[in-house]
Amino acid sequence: MRRRHVLGAGLAIAVAGMAGSAMAQSEIKIGEINSYSLLPAFTEPYRKGWQLAVEEINAAGGINGKKLVVISKDDGGKPADAQTAANELVSSENVAMLTGTFLSNIGLAVSDFANQKKVFFLAAEPLTDAITWSKGNRYTFRLRPSNYMQAAMLVEEAAKLPAKRWATIAPNYEYGQSAVAVFKKLMSEKRPDIQWVDEQWPPQGKIDAGPVVQAVAAANPEAILNVTFGADLVKLVREGNTRGLFKGRSVVSFLTGEPEYLDPLKEETPEGWIVTGYPWYDIKTPDHDKFLKAYQAKYSDYPRLGSIVGYQTIKAAAAILAKANSTDPEKLIAATEGLSMPSPFGEITFRKIDHQSTLGAYVGKTALKDGKGVMVDSVYRKGADYLPSDAEVAKQRPQ
Amino acid sequence: MAFYFVQFLTGLASAASLFLVASGLSIIFGVTRIVNFAHGAFYMLGAYVAFTLTERFSGALGFWGGIVVAALIVAAVGVLVEMVLLRRIYHAPELFQLLATFGLTLMVQDIVVLIWGPDDLLGRRAPGFRGAVDFFGQNIPSYDLFLIALSPIVLGGLWLLFQRTRWGVLVRAATQDRDMVAALGVNQKWLFTSVFALGVFLAALGGALQIPRDAVHHALDLRIIVDVFVVVVIGGLGSIIGAFVAAVLVSELNAFGILIFPKISIILVFLVMAVVLIVRPWGLFGKPEAAARRTPGLTVNPWRPLTSGERSMSIGALVLAAMLPLFAGNYALTVGSEIAIFVIFAASLHFLMSVGGLASFGHAAYFGLGAYGVAFLAKAAGLPMIVSLLLGPLLGLLGAAVFGFFAVQLSGVYFAMLTLAFAQIVWSIAFQWVAVTGGDNGILGVWPDKWAAGPASFYWLSLAIAALAVTVLRVIVFSPFGFALRATRDSPLRSEAIGIDGKRVQWTAFVISGTVAGIGGALFAYLKGSVFPDSLGISLSVDALVMVLLGGVETVSGAVIGAIVFKAANIWLVSQTDLSKLVLGGFIVLMVVAFPKGIVGTLEAIRNRRRSSEPKSALATSRIEVAE
Amino acid sequence: MSMVPTLLSVQNLSKSYGGVHAVRSVSFELRAGEILALIGPNGAGKSTCFDMLNGQNTPDSGRINLLGEDTVGRKPRAIWRLGVGRTFQITATFPTMTVRENVQVALVSYGRQLFNLWGSTASYARDEAGRLLDLVGMGAYAGRPCGELAYGDLKRLELAIALANQPKLLLMDEPTAGMAPRERIELMRLTARIAREQSIGVLFTEHDMDVVFEHADRILVLNRGSLIAEGSPEEVRGNPQVRAIYLGEGLVYDARHREGAGA
Repeated sequence: MRRRHVLGAGLAIAVAGMAGSAMAQSEIKIGEINSYSLLPAFTEPYRKGWQLAVEEINAAGGINGKKLVVISKDDGGKPADAQTAANELVSSENVAMLTGTFLSNIGLAVSDFANQKKVFFLAAEPLTDAITWSKGNRYTFRLRPSNYMQAAMLVEEAAKLPAKRWATIAPNYEYGQSAVAVFKKLMSEKRPDIQWVDEQWPPQGKIDAGPVVQAVAAANPEAILNVTFGADLVKLVREGNTRGLFKGRSVVSFLTGEPEYLDPLKEETPEGWIVTGYPWYDIKTPDHDKFLKAYQAKYSDYPRLGSIVGYQTIKAAAAILAKANSTDPEKLIAATEGLSMPSPFGEITFRKIDHQSTLGAYVGKTALKDGKGVMVDSVYRKGADYLPSDAEVAKQRPQ
Repeated sequence: MAFYFVQFLTGLASAASLFLVASGLSIIFGVTRIVNFAHGAFYMLGAYVAFTLTERFSGALGFWGGIVVAALIVAAVGVLVEMVLLRRIYHAPELFQLLATFGLTLMVQDIVVLIWGPDDLLGRRAPGFRGAVDFFGQNIPSYDLFLIALSPIVLGGLWLLFQRTRWGVLVRAATQDRDMVAALGVNQKWLFTSVFALGVFLAALGGALQIPRDAVHHALDLRIIVDVFVVVVIGGLGSIIGAFVAAVLVSELNAFGILIFPKISIILVFLVMAVVLIVRPWGLFGKPEAAARRTPGLTVNPWRPLTSGERSMSIGALVLAAMLPLFAGNYALTVGSEIAIFVIFAASLHFLMSVGGLASFGHAAYFGLGAYGVAFLAKAAGLPMIVSLLLGPLLGLLGAAVFGFFAVQLSGVYFAMLTLAFAQIVWSIAFQWVAVTGGDNGILGVWPDKWAAGPASFYWLSLAIAALAVTVLRVIVFSPFGFALRATRDSPLRSEAIGIDGKRVQWTAFVISGTVAGIGGALFAYLKGSVFPDSLGISLSVDALVMVLLGGVETVSGAVIGAIVFKAANIWLVSQTDLSKLVLGGFIVLMVVAFPKGIVGTLEAIRNRRRSSEPKSALATSRIEVAE
Repeated sequence: MSMVPTLLSVQNLSKSYGGVHAVRSVSFELRAGEILALIGPNGAGKSTCFDMLNGQNTPDSGRINLLGEDTVGRKPRAIWRLGVGRTFQITATFPTMTVRENVQVALVSYGRQLFNLWGSTASYARDEAGRLLDLVGMGAYAGRPCGELAYGDLKRLELAIALANQPKLLLMDEPTAGMAPRERIELMRLTARIAREQSIGVLFTEHDMDVVFEHADRILVLNRGSLIAEGSPEEVRGNPQVRAIYLGEGLVYDARHREGAGA
């Protein structure tokens, strides 16, 4: 499906420019970019999600009668390669829009490319606030709840805790830094009485968990904010469990309830952490049921959050294309601003003011069930309720 | 007090696996002089295989047996690699083996995902070492205590092996003087194979022992390989004790450093390495390397400027390349621009490596500095493109002048590692200083001015600058300075004895090379419209090395071909397949075997052999008679 | 002879390593056009002495006056600039260049063009390089890769390189080591001829006593770091102390050193 040309390397470069437009009449092409080879654990379920969406859309007659084709590219986790891919999709595949990306820096790189080349871009997963706010642009929209939104959802719960002494553990890069900054800001607004007693900044993917856990324990906080994820989280949890760091302490943790991050913890899942995530086993809405059944039928596997994001990204793209009934970027923008649509999490809207979708997230607590980590007491938080006032948003976006 | 003691023990436990892997790398390097880039891959394989075995076989025996058997299995894989691949290229130019092992590393990254799936895997805890020991209210994981005890045992075992067995004596002798062992009539092949097996065994054991405290995933190799190189270099290449002390030093500095500077771990090892190498150029326990012998494969065919025929051919190729916009689309032109930029970058490193004999492992620093220079000028100062393009590379020049001054005091692998350390320091500044550099999110919106914005215009611009850069570097190669530089590379003794200040010559070459790299980076910033810390990163530095080695390090301009082939293959594969690493790695391994002197180097060797086979052979025999 | 200027004057030169006196208070002079041999058994301190003269080693005490300049503590390249040519026991040349280019690099350095990035080395002082190669009998090999040369030819090339800065003094460490007997004599005759024609002083160490006694004007004998004899070949040959030291070695060249040079 994606390996269209089988040509020699040299030839491909020369000829690539000419390929493409042949089938333009009967189909609509969407370009999709993600870090498939660097982050397979997250992008595989994501891919399954969007493939399911494509199948459903085409089974239902496509987009205004045209077949939807998604051309997917790997960016290898490098912003520069993502731009090369974006360029290929736009210049030689003539896609109607770009979608995808996982890492914040890649999302921003593609967003900047879209702005420069005047191409519509629907960012799927990158969390950075910059993509819709400080570095936002008119060609870029984002599906997933941002860093700010997730922080606001967690702060709502965290503020209820009695804890006054807080420590933070976050990966040492832009995502970790801004997650901590937003959390601290919102938390201090609600609870001026709390103190920040320690912060740890392990390098992303290279946490030396023993010393970090020991250092946090030495500061003797009453509560801990965690932003690490993936393999770092596994190491942190294992060391923390063994050394008793989490005993008698509240922990608030970004994203940890997502199956991508929770499942690898297996029987070592710590209990009672306040997390954002995706308890697919606990969601009893018709929208989600339909998605879950279709997903399980097609893959005999359960969905991860990435599956939802991938699925909804393409569903949203199709809705946008159907409404615009054109591939002109300006018309796509006009169609998207304020567009509402169903999703497995309920109705969502792409805001006109900052191009952020109102897709929300589930907030709940971690628990151990049959040797596996699960989320319990989870409640869906609508994205729209966790965004700052329009005036504040307008101030952040470049005019 | 108890806290500091426990923190100290925690540091020791972290040092254990670092030491195991580092000692393996050190042994391999000491004897075979191979910079085994795949060492991290073997570490990762050890963890994966151990995961499978320990899941399969229950109980204490299943666990500990699984760990040891996993390391043995991976060691067997190592033996296979050594016999099938490395044996073919021991006589290739220095560092060529690095290319082969780099190709292997790429392949393994994809292979583990194919075999074990993409998810992070959680291994079993060690039977009997699940809990923690209470020490005055502080908890020490009992598995940490096990690891702390293990590393001196391994150290002692290795010491006995090297001091008390005939094999060990041979290994030590080979570490001192490789040629001498060959002269002793020892079967060098099997010595190398067995040493490689031991080194890989240690790496795999280090990986296997991590499964109770880590997640097993496909990026484990990259996480450890750089740190391990650093530890080996700090300790002194070939020194096991050195590896042990350095592993402890680095881990303890990290354990206590984060108490004062929580953000330090990202940069710490590189700071330590830079300081150690500046103060003690051969590491803590290393010995000054004996004067480098000539690599056996080194060409004796002196370089010469292009003949008029070759010059016309080059100009023809350039003209042909300049005609690309007539028939290619925007994407192809953008790829063309990217390739031209990487030709500049590779040529700059090639100049330093091949003419100067200085293999930089951190050349991306100067490329990236050029890119950031442009980004600052264009975004912060709002300067027009021409001005930024001219001034941006000066940041690369400045970086090269400062770092180069220290780096050229060293040579060989130590030079390589110091350049790596500097590059990592620059990278982490770009990565962490969010206020100025935007951190990981980079600097956006560095797009070309209107006159160069079209893909064709930008392509012509890049092509013209690439052609200019390659030409200028060639002119320098054949200039008096170029000869002084080659003289310093060929024989430091002789060049000093004819009045050449080798360090100053090398420093100048470093600055030239860094500036040219900066020019490439400056163009790259405009091509992509943005700058990210990636453009200073290790993987870009390694890419440049691969391009140079692929082209042929003993040629004048082989990097041009190396860059074109590698970059084109890379872009195409990434676009066509998700298994691009597997295919690209396989491609590199094949190229290494097929073209042991690099593409251009091998072609030149074939041509020279043909051209000179008849007239020269008669002369050569007569000369040999005289010599006897 | 008193009209001939002193090139090199060494006074009380000493060097010790961890209490072992490698060189002990050695003094001597060398005049223009004079060929001076420095001999002694293995470990006598010849190499240490030599290294201190050419700047690779620094003496603990003593003075070295070379062409009116105090050279103690100067680097080899600075000493070369004073007009000192040098050859090594194991030849040091540039194997990836042609024979002519080897000489041209030295000429580039002599002409202070080392940081000239834009000129063409191929045409730089080509005639002068050719002249020097002709002088040592290597003119026919000018275009040949240096890496292909036989060892004797490398020695001659080294001599040409050493002559590139129009030296006043040549320092030659075992100039004939590793060569066939006939070649030894040829090379030393050549050196002597050039020295006399150009009034160059030559200081050399040598194991081959035939070479020493045939070509040296004067001989210095070192033993255990001290100078034990000095004089014309006849004087030295008759010196009982020297005879005693060399009894074991038979006053002839030592075959071991042929292998040691790695021919």
